Amino acid sequence: MTKFFNGIGAGCLAMMMGVTSAVAEVESTDPIRLTLHDWSGQLINTKIMGSILEEAGYNVEYVQADYIAQFAGLKTGDLHLAMEIWETTGREALDEATDSGNVVNVGETGLMAIEEWWYPLYMKEQCPGLPNWEALRDCAALFATVETAPMGRYVGGPVTWGGFDEERVEALDLGFEVVHAGTDAALFAELESAYQREAPVILWVYVPHWAPAKFEGEFVEFPPFTPECYADPSVGVNPDLAYDCGKPRGPIWKAAWAGLEDKWPGAYQIVEAYTLNNEEMSAMVGQADLDGVEIDTVVAEWMETNQDRWSGWIAQ
Amino acid sequence: MSSAIGKISPVVWFLVALTLVLGVYGDDIAGALNVGWIMEYPSALVIPFKTSITAAMKWLVEDAHVGPVSFTDITRAIAWLIEQPYNLAISLLATGFQQGQGSSAVTVVPAISWITVIAAVVALGHYCRDWWLAMLTGACFLYLAVLGQWDSAMVTLASVMIAVPIGAGGGLLVGIWAYRHPTGERFLSPVLDLMQTIPIFAYLVPILFMFGFGPVSALVATIIYATPPMIRITTLAIKAVDPEIVDFGRMAGSTKRQLMWRVLVPSARSSIMVGVNQVIMLTLNMVIIASMIGAGGLGFDVLAALRRLDIGAGFEAGIAIVVLAIAVDRLSQAFAVRVGQYSATETVQGNWLARHKRTAVVLAILLVTYALGRFLPALHEYPEAQTLTTGEFWDDLVRYLNVNYFDAFEGIKIFFLTWLMLPIKKFLLGVPWPWAIAMLVLLGWRTGGVRLAILCGVLSSLIVVAGLWDKAMITVYLCGASVIVATVIGVPLGVMAALNKRAGHVISALIDTLQTLPSFVYLIPVVMLFRVGDFTAMVAIVLYALAPAVRYAAHGVRSVDGELIEAGRVSGCTNWQLLRMIRLPMALPEILLGINQTIMLALSMLVITALVGTRDLGQEVYIALTKADTGRGLVAGLAIAFIAIIADRLISASARGARIRFGLEAKT
Repeated sequence: MTKFFNGIGAGCLAMMMGVTSAVAEVESTDPIRLTLHDWSGQLINTKIMGSILEEAGYNVEYVQADYIAQFAGLKTGDLHLAMEIWETTGREALDEATDSGNVVNVGETGLMAIEEWWYPLYMKEQCPGLPNWEALRDCAALFATVETAPMGRYVGGPVTWGGFDEERVEALDLGFEVVHAGTDAALFAELESAYQREAPVILWVYVPHWAPAKFEGEFVEFPPFTPECYADPSVGVNPDLAYDCGKPRGPIWKAAWAGLEDKWPGAYQIVEAYTLNNEEMSAMVGQADLDGVEIDTVVAEWMETNQDRWSGWIAQ
Repeated sequence: MSSAIGKISPVVWFLVALTLVLGVYGDDIAGALNVGWIMEYPSALVIPFKTSITAAMKWLVEDAHVGPVSFTDITRAIAWLIEQPYNLAISLLATGFQQGQGSSAVTVVPAISWITVIAAVVALGHYCRDWWLAMLTGACFLYLAVLGQWDSAMVTLASVMIAVPIGAGGGLLVGIWAYRHPTGERFLSPVLDLMQTIPIFAYLVPILFMFGFGPVSALVATIIYATPPMIRITTLAIKAVDPEIVDFGRMAGSTKRQLMWRVLVPSARSSIMVGVNQVIMLTLNMVIIASMIGAGGLGFDVLAALRRLDIGAGFEAGIAIVVLAIAVDRLSQAFAVRVGQYSATETVQGNWLARHKRTAVVLAILLVTYALGRFLPALHEYPEAQTLTTGEFWDDLVRYLNVNYFDAFEGIKIFFLTWLMLPIKKFLLGVPWPWAIAMLVLLGWRTGGVRLAILCGVLSSLIVVAGLWDKAMITVYLCGASVIVATVIGVPLGVMAALNKRAGHVISALIDTLQTLPSFVYLIPVVMLFRVGDFTAMVAIVLYALAPAVRYAAHGVRSVDGELIEAGRVSGCTNWQLLRMIRLPMALPEILLGINQTIMLALSMLVITALVGTRDLGQEVYIALTKADTGRGLVAGLAIAFIAIIADRLISASARGARIRFGLEAKT
């Protein structure tokens, strides 16, 4: 109890003297609110960031928030930092938010989203030409279901993810019908269902994600993406149509409330310096989702083995 | 029933046939006559409601002022008011009282231990009714602890403890106001319709701006969604109080206030409690969506589990919500009965301790667990090592069904698609929109007169003018097919529940579970068994919307006048004839109301089924949410609400017509 009163006393003293650095050299002891979503990679990413900020003396609070709905909170300053905005799925919302001037893009996390058509390995026996995309032309019927026959059935991501799969199918003459799953969960439910029965399936998979670690499979190799391929019909395999190539790889961004830099300049610099890479993230996601290791344990391990890296970010 | 069919004139038959022909050949006819606009409303004439709504919302949250106080200041102040009791509840039940913020917070007083909470609900159960109820509620909460759902369940319970009193109390007051001001009621009714039918995703973003990101916004959204039935039921219940009782109150010289609170409200208590029950159920329905905006708790566990396809964990958290709902519901029902028994219980003499034995016991347990909790953490927090899990079971069940019965499921799916869903879809998309509106107007005029005709015409035209006709038709198709299936399954179940007591118990338990189990929990297994597509959406909608079809049918059949049945028996009816000639026709108005509610629930599921990839208005709302486009979401949400209102008015009018035909209601 005495400790508690001492704390208050110290606080009062600090306020009277107009000094805000009562705890350490941090600018404000108000909690920095980081958003947590519902997938492990994001939780790990956010908790590592939070742990580093804590090491630097900042006060951190985690808030559960929906991936898209969080922008409303970031704009008003109710929330302060979102660690994973995917180029592929969150770009529009992020742009809308940064245009308002209340949210800033703090740069790349170093993680690269790879998204492409993906099939389980057992499909290779039935369609030996894979992973070359041209094999899909002959094997389309293999992936057909009653609703799509004679076309193959390709399960695409939610409509909001974009991806130009309908255009790709047409430009590369693939003989597939694109069926959109409404959410990430529905998409991987399709995969799990087919995998259990070893049934034909081809769908949109992205990394970093636990699915490629749990299920054996490969990405289809399309002609590599170039910006011209999307913009100019004459470029690429099909001289008449655009989108005759694979999907671009997009960075995963960090987004913050615009006031973060003014209120906690030091923290902002740490956030800016922070980067991870795909390999370590995939390994950690696998640990958490497949081996059932607690997220906090995974995070603590990373903090221990990468002490040099994160202390370098703090020192900057 | 037969009299109703007998009245249909050849003109009606002709119109129905013409509509069917148009539905099948509409496209060809439009092509031949070169009038494409009757199939597809020209996009140049679409009125951009969404841009104006977005602008209006922006103005409201950014610029609107009342004097020197901005609109958001007011909403933030309301948020602060709601936050205080919420913080108290959550500190008591889940987090403990803390000093400081964020990671530097120190727990000063820990949360109430699980043993104390269980003791408290047992005591409450015993106080409200008897040992049976005490055991039931105790078992429910013990289940939460043993299955390792305790912490999340307490977070959810805290939000229920705040949302339900605000929703029920506010609903009661507004309902009384509407009873006193009939003009106000006329204005209120459409507002309530909108509150109930606009999907919450449509106004989620503005709410977050107004009330801040976090549990309070979730509470506000929950209250908006859960209060309307309370208001409706309150007004209805007070109106239904026997006029003699009211006269009696007047003669006894009671003032207006006394008449309301001492006479009317107590007399209508049992109906009002149905409203409270609805508020509790709807609040627990909202748990998942609330968790998306920072409410946490069991809803978040369901979402996170399904995100990693951990079906077992999703089921466990979902069932924990059901268990919580059962406990809270039974307690509130019994509490209402108990409070009604004025001075019926003998007053116990003696000191405070003797009069408050239960409170004393709970307080003693509280103190003991606080004191001993430091040395024996198990007293304070349920030991993690002792938790059970049934997760594997659910995972294996789904896997077993998937591996062994997938082909059978595929067969069922193809049957429904070919013979029910695709024909309806083709027909609805084939009917030219001007003809569809004309038919709706005609139908409105036949069932409810000029006013209903105008309402149908205006609302359906608005959908066309907003450029959403095709999506609206897909919505009608998906809901229509689901409602047909739900009715075909639900009404016989309801009749069975009414005629056979044992079946009634089983069916009622099943229906309760289906209604409180979050739809997310079964959405993903359904996707695994039936793949992404309209059929999956239909299965999910049917599971959710089945309940009212069953309940109302059962209620309707049960409340058929006994003398009529007797008369039927005397004239030598077999059981089957009794059912066909007397019970079903007499229950028809109730059954129609049940179907009406089924339609409402089906429409409210649309946004959820958008998550498995439908192409309807629900998807439009969902896309608008992911693109942070407030106007687009609200326009699509309003379109869903309009469909709901048209369906509701048409069915209510025909139910009323049926009641008048059977002499159950006087024609006014």
